[in-house]
Amino acid sequence: MKAPKALAVPYVVWVLIFTVIPLGLVVGFAMTDPDGNLTLENIFAMSDYMAVLFRSILFAIIATIICLIIAFPAAYIISRASAINQSTLVVLLMVPMWINFLLRTYAWMTLLEQNGLINKLLGLVGLGPYNLINNSGAVILGMVYNYLPFMILPLYSVMVKIDHSIIEAAQDLGSNKARLVRKVLLPLSMPGISTGVIAVFVPSVSTFIISRMLGGGTNDLIGDIIEMQFSGNSYNPHLGSAMALVLMIIVIFMMSLFNQFGSEEDVPL
Amino acid sequence: MKSLSSKIYMYLLYIFLYLPILVLIVFSFNQSKSRANWTGFTFHWYADLFRDERILTALLNTVIVAVCASVFATVLGTMAALGIYSMKKTGRTLLMGATYIPVINPEIIMGISLMILFKFFASHFNLQFGFATLILAHISFDVPYVIYNVLPKLRAMNPNLVEAAQDLGCNPRQAFFKAVIPEIMPGIFSGFLMAMTYSVDDFVVSYFTSGTNVEPLSVTIESMTRVKVSPKINALSAIIFVVICAIMIARNIIENRNLRRDLALSRAARQ
Repeated sequence: MKAPKALAVPYVVWVLIFTVIPLGLVVGFAMTDPDGNLTLENIFAMSDYMAVLFRSILFAIIATIICLIIAFPAAYIISRASAINQSTLVVLLMVPMWINFLLRTYAWMTLLEQNGLINKLLGLVGLGPYNLINNSGAVILGMVYNYLPFMILPLYSVMVKIDHSIIEAAQDLGSNKARLVRKVLLPLSMPGISTGVIAVFVPSVSTFIISRMLGGGTNDLIGDIIEMQFSGNSYNPHLGSAMALVLMIIVIFMMSLFNQFGSEEDVPL
Repeated sequence: MKSLSSKIYMYLLYIFLYLPILVLIVFSFNQSKSRANWTGFTFHWYADLFRDERILTALLNTVIVAVCASVFATVLGTMAALGIYSMKKTGRTLLMGATYIPVINPEIIMGISLMILFKFFASHFNLQFGFATLILAHISFDVPYVIYNVLPKLRAMNPNLVEAAQDLGCNPRQAFFKAVIPEIMPGIFSGFLMAMTYSVDDFVVSYFTSGTNVEPLSVTIESMTRVKVSPKINALSAIIFVVICAIMIARNIIENRNLRRDLALSRAARQ
């Protein structure tokens, strides 16, 4: 069947207006001052925000690694379950994902705060109260909690295709568990790992709500600083665009590192 | 799940995923505003929720935006998928690359880039921030999911189908509507549902493109968590959780029934 190519024309126009031109505008704003003159000042001004940028990347990397460590065994266990258990376990992973991440993050706010439930329970056994919220650990916890399913699901979808006889063959040939993971499971799960890493890293490095809700204003990330340039008191879309440009470059770098420039067959989450 | 240790591991994982949400729900029935001390059972936060003008308006806004955006995105995306399907490699690769941008681009960048565009429109064409900007923004991130759902159905379609329809006396238009569309309908439908869920769930893009007059639910929730915390949010979470669980359980039951039927069929076939 050959449908006329012309059917794609409205979409081509749409993509140009609402995807390509806006990104071009971000680049344009990053390179100009409010009077419209060409300048590199905004880019140079980024040097004042190096600490924030570094913190964002560091937190996102830590969150991604923790997600990978938790997700790998989980995805393997799900992939070896019976077909019916598999579909139930996957659905159970997806239910929290459909609840708005603001509410999920809010749930942790109520658990971690000074007179929250965790401190109260600790108090019953004579411990605490501890400072569980408004620190870097809480922000990373928020990232892990929100984005963990993004790591488990692609890993699972790769692992479920691993023929169990390959695993048995490795065991028959004398592999212990560590060797089985290193020599068989890890190499075969690589496509799932790279998808999962991108799916956790990108939203983590660019978040601005998780850090605001759980970081208490002392753990601002690059997303928070960008947001302030556009809707806060320090309205400066030119500086904000320069920051967004830097963020885009980080994302593109990570994606090229994990070779995620899509084969068109890829159906993302 | 064979070994005990893997069972324990999975239980711990699901406790980690669900406990915060369950605590949130339990405290939606708490009499005092405290989120740690249980002072007695009440429904009054739910009653308050349904009397809260701002939340109800926001909910309505979210529904309006999600329905308009996903209907439009489904039409645009299905047309695009049909066009892409018949394109040559270069054009197809380019367009699919552009389609990938909203999927992988950090939401905040999508949000601010559209905000800059709409500000430009606002000053030159008198466009107001509100429903129009929200729906335009939502369509932009919805369309790729429709394309990703429709295109595989087109590829899986028997290429002789249209010819067969025409041999049986259909003109090209009839062949398209009677043979092609029913064939790709499941893809169109799942694309529509996905677009709808992404629209309802979206916060970041809406935050930057909604302006001050029209507030979608997620933006309302965010500003509620910022100021005075109210158990009304807990009540709202509980309702959302129950609705989602109901949908997912229904889906799971249907899927498992199909799975069991398939297993039984293949067993019968082997005998």
